[in-house]
Amino acid sequence: MQRSIVRRTAAVAAAAALTVVLGACGAANESSGNSDQSGLSGTLDGAGASSQEAAQQAWRAAFSEQNPDVTINYSPIGSGGGRERFVNGASDFGGTDAALEGEELKGAKQRCGTLVEVPVYVSPVAVSFNLDGIDELKLTPQTIAKIFNQKITKWNSEEIRKTNPNADLPNLPITPVNRSDESGTTENFVDYLSSAAPNAWPHEVSGNWPVSGGEAAKGTSGVKSAINAGQGTIGYLDASQAGDLGSVAVGVGEEFVSYSPEAAAKVLEVSERKTGQGEHVYAYDLARDTTESGTYPIVLVSYGMACGSYDDANTGKLVRSYFEYLLSEEGQQAAADAAGSAPISAGLREKLQPAVEAIGASS
Amino acid sequence: MSTTTSPPTPTESVEPPNGTKSLVRGTLPRWASWGALGAAAVLAGLIVRLLGFGVTPFVLSTAVLYAIGISGWSRWVEGGRKATDRAFTALVASAFLLALTPLVSVVVTVISRGLDRFDGQFFTYSMRGVVGDGGGAYHAIMGTLITSGLATLMSVPIGLATAIYLVEYGHGRLSRAITFFVDVMTGIPSIVAGLFAYALFALVFGPGTVNGFAGAVALSVLMIPIVVRSSEEMLKIVPDDLREAAFALGTPKWKVIVRVVLPTAVAGISTGVTLAIARVVGETAPLLIATGATGSTNFNPFSGQMATLSVFSYYEYASPGVPVDPSLDRAWTAALTLMLIVMVLNLVARSISLLFAPKAGR
Amino acid sequence: MSNTGQGAATARRVRKRPADQAFRGITTGAGVLILVVLAGVAAFLLIEAWPSFVAPAEEIPGEGGLVLYIWPLVFGTLLASVLALVIAAPLAVLIALFITHYAPRKLAQFLGYVVDLLAAVPSIIYGLWGFTVLAPATRGPAEWLHEYLGFVPLFAGPPSTTGRTMFTTALVLAVMILPIVTAVIREAFLQTPKLHEEASLALGATRLEMIRMAVLPFGSSSIISGSMLGLGRALGETMAVAIVLSASGGVTFNLISSGNPATIAANIALEFPESSGVAIDTLIASGLVLFAITLVVNMIARAVINRRTDFSGAS
Repeated sequence: MQRSIVRRTAAVAAAAALTVVLGACGAANESSGNSDQSGLSGTLDGAGASSQEAAQQAWRAAFSEQNPDVTINYSPIGSGGGRERFVNGASDFGGTDAALEGEELKGAKQRCGTLVEVPVYVSPVAVSFNLDGIDELKLTPQTIAKIFNQKITKWNSEEIRKTNPNADLPNLPITPVNRSDESGTTENFVDYLSSAAPNAWPHEVSGNWPVSGGEAAKGTSGVKSAINAGQGTIGYLDASQAGDLGSVAVGVGEEFVSYSPEAAAKVLEVSERKTGQGEHVYAYDLARDTTESGTYPIVLVSYGMACGSYDDANTGKLVRSYFEYLLSEEGQQAAADAAGSAPISAGLREKLQPAVEAIGASS
Repeated sequence: MSTTTSPPTPTESVEPPNGTKSLVRGTLPRWASWGALGAAAVLAGLIVRLLGFGVTPFVLSTAVLYAIGISGWSRWVEGGRKATDRAFTALVASAFLLALTPLVSVVVTVISRGLDRFDGQFFTYSMRGVVGDGGGAYHAIMGTLITSGLATLMSVPIGLATAIYLVEYGHGRLSRAITFFVDVMTGIPSIVAGLFAYALFALVFGPGTVNGFAGAVALSVLMIPIVVRSSEEMLKIVPDDLREAAFALGTPKWKVIVRVVLPTAVAGISTGVTLAIARVVGETAPLLIATGATGSTNFNPFSGQMATLSVFSYYEYASPGVPVDPSLDRAWTAALTLMLIVMVLNLVARSISLLFAPKAGR
Repeated sequence: MSNTGQGAATARRVRKRPADQAFRGITTGAGVLILVVLAGVAAFLLIEAWPSFVAPAEEIPGEGGLVLYIWPLVFGTLLASVLALVIAAPLAVLIALFITHYAPRKLAQFLGYVVDLLAAVPSIIYGLWGFTVLAPATRGPAEWLHEYLGFVPLFAGPPSTTGRTMFTTALVLAVMILPIVTAVIREAFLQTPKLHEEASLALGATRLEMIRMAVLPFGSSSIISGSMLGLGRALGETMAVAIVLSASGGVTFNLISSGNPATIAANIALEFPESSGVAIDTLIASGLVLFAITLVVNMIARAVINRRTDFSGAS
């Protein structure tokens, strides 16, 4: 009895060990090639906004192809967690949908010496709806605000018909769909409503949806499925995921603008850079109420955070070349292909250049 | 339990004495259940056809008609008690079928959506350098095996030893405290366990320590109370007669526990452990915080971020690229893989309990 | 089960055997270790949540103070979980009976295996399934309920156009906890003393009567502990609820409209990633409340089980 138990235990252990040994050989696509093309090697850990995840995936794929000895990780734990980890020195670089402010800004400067914060990812937010036979509606900011504030409740109401005289609007109740999770998309959309239609949108700006009683769904995918699932629904979501849903052309000044990468990237050009934040902090007060022609004002701008000095000079070098790649024309195009973002303009890239060069420079 | 179906008394042949009422009632023929079921199905089919409904109402009305039919018939032939029994049998069977429907639907959904990418590349490739199409979850599969394996290695000895203490040794204040706090532990939201592990590792190993072992610690916090609770239940069920017989032979207590009590309870314990693993293997939030995410393979749980299947699946679903489909396919296949891993674990647990159990149970 | 008698009888011998001492020491150590871990978690929670207790009401999200923020979440959590348990517990008992006492033995083993397996399906899968399959399927019945039973506050409507309601959430939760509850109850039913069952059958009891007299009394404590395990899982369920439920606020018993209170766990998952400062402390405070709720539930279950054990004689 004693011996048989021992033998059985041994058999089980052997089987388990065998499984581990069989498993312990690398993935087929990961060659341990030590080609020294770039001279860069090491691991970077980043964390932050989940909005950047798809773009970061494309960036690190291309970057680690150019530099085979570099591994870049990005945990999409959210902007709040990303800022906290960056400030605590727990990550090498960070991503955030909202620029650093107050205590966090102070903490980041303390950690970094010179703080570098640049917009890396600009994504248009589409207002999409589901109505049979209608592909596009022209809506003024006031109308959009009233719809999402549940003041306009029917699709065939006066205000919607006024800007869309030719559309065959049904007598259907409007179901507004919002994000149930706190998100940068919500914050940017609400920010847009309160600055472009302050009278129709009395709520405070935050990442939480302020109006209760509507349909709420988790994440971009959730919002999209919820809009698809019901007739007469309308919601806001990352333009890259809007697909073939009907979309809203937004009133800007006298004209109506549909979302497009160019129109979205233009917002950064007409917006003011926040002053007094730091030499290399490029945080923007987005001009949501712009009347500039051809500008699509509902955008999400996500920032990358990095330091002027790192404990390890090699880390600084890695972060700098990674950020150089992110902002390069090639990097921005890769993000546009993989995540549907709007590439930043050449003019802005030039302005950001000194900031990128400052990364790791003082270590 | 097949013996229960035959009536314990002789039937028809008994003559009622003095022409009074029979002491024995008749029984329904053997084909009664199937016949009634068929009749119910035909009738339900007719009704549903006339009213123009779908499959679900058909199944429901078949069940209801069958229950009414068989118990009515039985009440007429066999009397009230048997009728109630037959109605209850119908209820139990239909409850089972009713519960099976959503569960089967879940499995079918996962399999049909997951099979698209269930190919060699998925199991041999990681996501390093992959954009859009292709790529695989090799790194995530290894990460899941490593983190859950470590969590199991930590939780099962601690949990089982605690359960032994509670059942065999514990009486008094300490054991009451442990019972109480194990209950408290079952209520820890998973994300809190992740935050705890993250904070603990930041404190001990410096800020930003995110690795597979931290994830395993977070999972252990969730797993230990489940192991304790289920093992405790199973150890309690072991009959005292067995212990007393062993003590009477002069066996020391630890040997009684190791050689008599544990083998008797091993089947139940391994079921409990499997359930506990199953509970944590699909956790997303704590692993994301404590273990992180990466596209590359990492075998070392003590250094660097590690991908896991659940996190991989969740983020392929939650933040897909453009186009969306390759990401969603990977998400579903990862979910299917997770299910298969649990299935294998389950088989292993079953064979272990078969190997060690003293006699086959029911 | 009490070991007092045994303990006293073997007390003298225990002292003589170092192996016994060591074994006892190891098991006690494991128990104490659990206390230490839990103390760590509790300390962590309290420290992290503390700022939200002392912060002025305006700084708490929603600006109504801590209680006003957490109360709807508590309501939503209890509503969803209790509904789920009310649906799942009776079904679980019936399924466990089917597997242990009705199905043929070969089939029963297979079914037991299937049920264990289903307990292992990750919650995100239940969430996706609830969203894509179940929610659309509940739209019809919800409209029917609203039309004919609209006077009941539960079905006041207006029915949601997507079906992502509290009703659907409770169904998904019920499906999720069903395997776990069933597994626990099944194990107990399997342990019913054969002699009791055979004795009652020999006395001429029908199968139902045998179950009522022998199986259910023996298994009653497991029914309760299984249910509580299920309730615990439903209370703490995060991802599935976050995906399925349209959590747009408000305290309401209305089960079929699109405005529903969120649950504590789902709310933490939804808000945590993008939060910072006092908002995070508030979320952790809500986690503490969930902790307390689970605690109370478990204490009630323990009390009930203890009373039942005396009565049924099952240890």
